Amino acid sequence: MGEGEPILRANSVSLRFGGIRALTEVSFAIERGKIFSIIGPNGAGKTSMVNCVSGRYRPSEGQILFDGNDITRLRPNRRAALGLGRTFQNLALFGHMSVLDNIMVGRHHLLKSGFLSGMAYWLGGAQEEELRHRREVEEIIDFLQIQHIRKAQAGTLSYGLRKRVELARAVALRPKLILLDEPMAGMNLEEKEDMARTILDLNEEWGMTILMIEHDMGVVMDISHRVMVLDFGRKLTEGRPEEVMAHPDVRHAYLGEVDEAPSEAVPA
Amino acid sequence: MTVMTPAGDFRTSYRADTTIFPTRGSRAALWAGLAVLLCAPLVLDRYLLSLLINVGTLGIAALGLNILVGFTGQISIGHAAFFGFGAFSSAWLHESFGLPVLLCIPVAGLMTALVGLVFGAPAARLKGLYLAIATLAAQFILEDFFARARWFTGGVAGRLTESPAIGSFALDREESYFYLVLAFVIIMFVAAANLMRTRDGRALVAVRDHYLSAEIMGINLAYYRTLSFGIASFYAGIGGALYAHHLQFVSVEAFNILFSIQFLGMVIIGGLGSIMGSLMGAAFMVALPEVVQAAADALAGGAIDRALKIGGNISFLREMAIGAAIILFLIFEPDGLARRWKLIKAYWKLYPYSH
Repeated sequence: MGEGEPILRANSVSLRFGGIRALTEVSFAIERGKIFSIIGPNGAGKTSMVNCVSGRYRPSEGQILFDGNDITRLRPNRRAALGLGRTFQNLALFGHMSVLDNIMVGRHHLLKSGFLSGMAYWLGGAQEEELRHRREVEEIIDFLQIQHIRKAQAGTLSYGLRKRVELARAVALRPKLILLDEPMAGMNLEEKEDMARTILDLNEEWGMTILMIEHDMGVVMDISHRVMVLDFGRKLTEGRPEEVMAHPDVRHAYLGEVDEAPSEAVPA
Repeated sequence: MTVMTPAGDFRTSYRADTTIFPTRGSRAALWAGLAVLLCAPLVLDRYLLSLLINVGTLGIAALGLNILVGFTGQISIGHAAFFGFGAFSSAWLHESFGLPVLLCIPVAGLMTALVGLVFGAPAARLKGLYLAIATLAAQFILEDFFARARWFTGGVAGRLTESPAIGSFALDREESYFYLVLAFVIIMFVAAANLMRTRDGRALVAVRDHYLSAEIMGINLAYYRTLSFGIASFYAGIGGALYAHHLQFVSVEAFNILFSIQFLGMVIIGGLGSIMGSLMGAAFMVALPEVVQAAADALAGGAIDRALKIGGNISFLREMAIGAAIILFLIFEPDGLARRWKLIKAYWKLYPYSH
């Protein structure tokens, strides 16, 4: 499969919970090395879409291809090894573990020591493996500037720090595609700027493709290469940020009546 | 709670940062403690030694339960049945196949682990109360098995067990058996500490703390939930086997549900999710009846004794004391003795500033 092949492709994915249609025939493709954002009003199916990709939900119909593999029915824990990482909208850290251990859990699929060699520690090579990976984890800790809290218990940290630890844990997976579900929700302006810069670095320097859900339109329009708009579980449009902004249906989806909305209500 | 290190104690390598005993002080305390324990048989009388041996055997089994309940967040109210299975397995292996006792003990652990995996299979799918009931079934099935399988347990008459021997030297006295138990305690506790600082141990805790995100991180939930049962049963089996060869007699009735609850009590009192806490909890459970007995003796003949007839009801007082201890710990120190110990250490480090 060539470099031009998209890293993720969703083919008319539908998701139903009983009578509720969370997603209806959504198709899109993410090219390698791009930042791809999904936007839409509350309840539009953004998180449902990401959950289908990460394996929390199984699509009722349709197909999801990741890096050439059909992952539609693959168990979530098998997707990590393929190179799919994610963060959660509501923080999902391991609250009683240290920050360091949280990030080391991200290395799970890269570590080989089982419980027997783990128990033997010095004999089965587990120690060497731990130390080798610790070095790489420290690079991630440096990158996200969380050195000062690496031994702190994750559950005791502030919200912004926890967001960063969660991102560090997802990065530790060494993913090809990283799914960020509202990485900036609840942050102040300065934290948002930091996070935006971090996402750009992950994309440009670490070479990760990014699928992001975010409500802050300023950030989305500034850093995304492509934007997809969902509304009521259907794909409204997709394109470069400025194309999407100009699309009349998008204004309608967000603001209801287009004609009565003053133009500055949609930040550019 | 953030780990506190004394001023001036800097780590210069990742290796130094991942040791079990991080500070010079804790390492010194470790060697001193070991030296004291090695001298114990020279100083203590046989009764106190047998109490220490009980702490060791129960502590190993309690550690197994702590890995399951404290670290993985599962529940088991059938731990005593696995403890009993280990006891009978070791006795049976020795008598039926003539294996040396020292070999019987680990093999009994493995057999118990297999049985634990069978009964732990529902754990891959069940959680909380439902899993509790499933393990309750394990308790009753195994108890019934003990009563009926005469070839394995000797039936209601119970089974006599032999003492282990190294070459021609029999470890049949408290003084010598103590060292065997101490060796097993060290091996099993170090193994658990190692497990918890490597991949699979972290996976167990991840399953406990947030199983949904654990799965996204590539952790196979069913595997680790079942594995936890296997490891817990292995520890129970080893503890049970050591217990059997110490008492030299195993009775069918010993491993009832009350004993299982006592194991849970040890884990809660010692500290859920704490390795050394398991040993502290076991020590507490062994020491409690002694203390109650001593208190009853002190009161004997007094007015309270005449009114309540404590002397004749010591076992009933014991059960009450265990119940009261569990309740008091749940209210005042839900993280157990291990946390209390940490606070005491922190107090000395920070003295005279309390924060």
